[in-house]
Amino acid sequence: MRSVLPVLTVIAALLALWYIAVVPMNAARAVEQAARSDVTLGTADLIRATMDMERPRLPSPHQVFAELWDSTVEKKVTSKRSLVFHGWITLGATLWGFALGVSLGIALAVGIVYSRVMEMSVMPWAVISQTIPIVALAPMIIVLSSSVGIEGRGVPKAIISAYLCFFPVLVGMVKGLRSPDQMQLDLLKTYGASGAAVFWKLRLPSSVPYLFTSLKIGIAAALVGTIVGELPTGAIRGLGARILIGDQFGNPIMIWSALFAAAILAGALVTLMSLLQSVTLKRMGMAR
Amino acid sequence: MTVIEAKSLDLTFQTNDGPVHALKGVDLQIGKGEFVSFIGPSGCGKTTFLRCVAALETPTGGSLTVNGMSPDEARRSRAYGYVFQAAGLYPWRTIARNIKLPLEIMGFDRAAQERRVDEVLKLVDLEGFGSKYPWQLSGGMQQRASIARALAFDADILLMDEPFGALDEIVRDHLNEQLLALWARTEKTIGFVTHSIPEAVYLSTKIVVMSPRPGRITDIIDSPLPKERPLDIRDTPEFLAVAHRVREGLRAGHAYD
Ligand SMILES: Nc1ncnc2c1ncn2[C@@H]1O[C@H](COP(=O)(O)OP(=O)(O)O)[C@@H](O)[C@H]1O
Ligand SMILES: [Mg+2]
Repeated sequence: MRSVLPVLTVIAALLALWYIAVVPMNAARAVEQAARSDVTLGTADLIRATMDMERPRLPSPHQVFAELWDSTVEKKVTSKRSLVFHGWITLGATLWGFALGVSLGIALAVGIVYSRVMEMSVMPWAVISQTIPIVALAPMIIVLSSSVGIEGRGVPKAIISAYLCFFPVLVGMVKGLRSPDQMQLDLLKTYGASGAAVFWKLRLPSSVPYLFTSLKIGIAAALVGTIVGELPTGAIRGLGARILIGDQFGNPIMIWSALFAAAILAGALVTLMSLLQSVTLKRMGMAR
Repeated sequence: MTVIEAKSLDLTFQTNDGPVHALKGVDLQIGKGEFVSFIGPSGCGKTTFLRCVAALETPTGGSLTVNGMSPDEARRSRAYGYVFQAAGLYPWRTIARNIKLPLEIMGFDRAAQERRVDEVLKLVDLEGFGSKYPWQLSGGMQQRASIARALAFDADILLMDEPFGALDEIVRDHLNEQLLALWARTEKTIGFVTHSIPEAVYLSTKIVVMSPRPGRITDIIDSPLPKERPLDIRDTPEFLAVAHRVREGLRAGHAYD
């Protein structure tokens, strides 16, 4: 409970900073609008005006939270204007991409740990793959998948998402599978253990703590990948599409509320992974 | 009856800095039921010798038999249990399931696994701790659990590489007493590496003194001490005489450099 106070202090400070920034960001436009209707604004009026603009350059916090409230609680979840609806679309693609990326990451890690050839041939490409900007790659994946006859955005989004999240899982699992020391391996050798026994009884359980660390990074990366996959023109569903549409229609409040929705979703997913981690490690007896 | 027999055993490691003669011309016979300690400064090949017996290293010369077989065959016939300096228990397994590890790998059935776990937990005085996780046990208890794990499949030979090296003196004394009792009860053949002269003399029927560069045996002492050994035997003249001879052997080994 003692940690609540500092957390609240930080949030309050951020909100204050945000409010302070709203004034200079929107002032010019507020003055311009007032001039158009032949009004001159006093300082207090000007500040008030910057806080509640129809199309602000920077929306104020209460505008964003009002929009968040309106587009989640007040709208039916099936509505195209509901952020729950769009969040659900994004979540679905994220989880598919995550499942794909985690499977790929684990499979490649096993290959790399057991095969020198795989290590030398796969690892450099895995590293290079992460240096290519995903925003450049995303449109290509979308175009490619539609040209091979895949309908809709679901599959390419999941692929982009998997592309971002397999890497942390790969790196973590390689480290985890290699974590048993020579003594542990020698001990199993004295039992005449088969390669399969070494994998299932030693390497795999040893890698579990490493896996969960990677999963936390991976799920956040998967969400980013999905949103990037929703950005290229044409998407109409998902949080990324909301950001894009908000941009096209000059509606920053919409962009910001979609961004917050994405952040909340990311927070929830990472928290879920942490929970899964502590439950698993406790059940395995590794948490004290 | 000879259980372990080495004849002019050599092991040379090829390293980037040239060859390292870890063992050179080692001749040794260990009989059934003997408690043999290996003592000598770091790098004299104690670990390497034990690893050769366990078929974890392959000698580059000479001959080595375990129960009349090659070390590799002996391993496959479950001739020995190996105890390392670190207990190396799996943190995700309870003590009982740690002890079951070799049994699972060797394909013992469930009932046999349960029975043997109970037996060896009793042998190392850890009854009632089977359902605990390793971190819930002290270092000494963990090492006892690792000895139990090595005993679980009932090998005739127990190879121990500085098993108590990381523990403090008082715990060590206690474990030494227990180990002797265990040895008396099970009549196993034990190969035991140590840095400590009192430990070697207290435990052993035979003390092998070694020296480094190249790793070799400088003295083999058959202990005149009785099999029954209370801790205060360490103050008797017989004990001190053996300890003295070990110390002389170690000093002679050092005269070379
Ligand atoms: N795998 C190895 N490769 C190269 N040299 C080794 C290896 N294992 C041991 N040695 C060398 O062999 C010598 C004997 O080592 P070791 O048997 O561990 O000694 P001790 O256990 O008596 O301290 C040392 O000089 C050590 O550096
Ligand atoms: Mg050693």
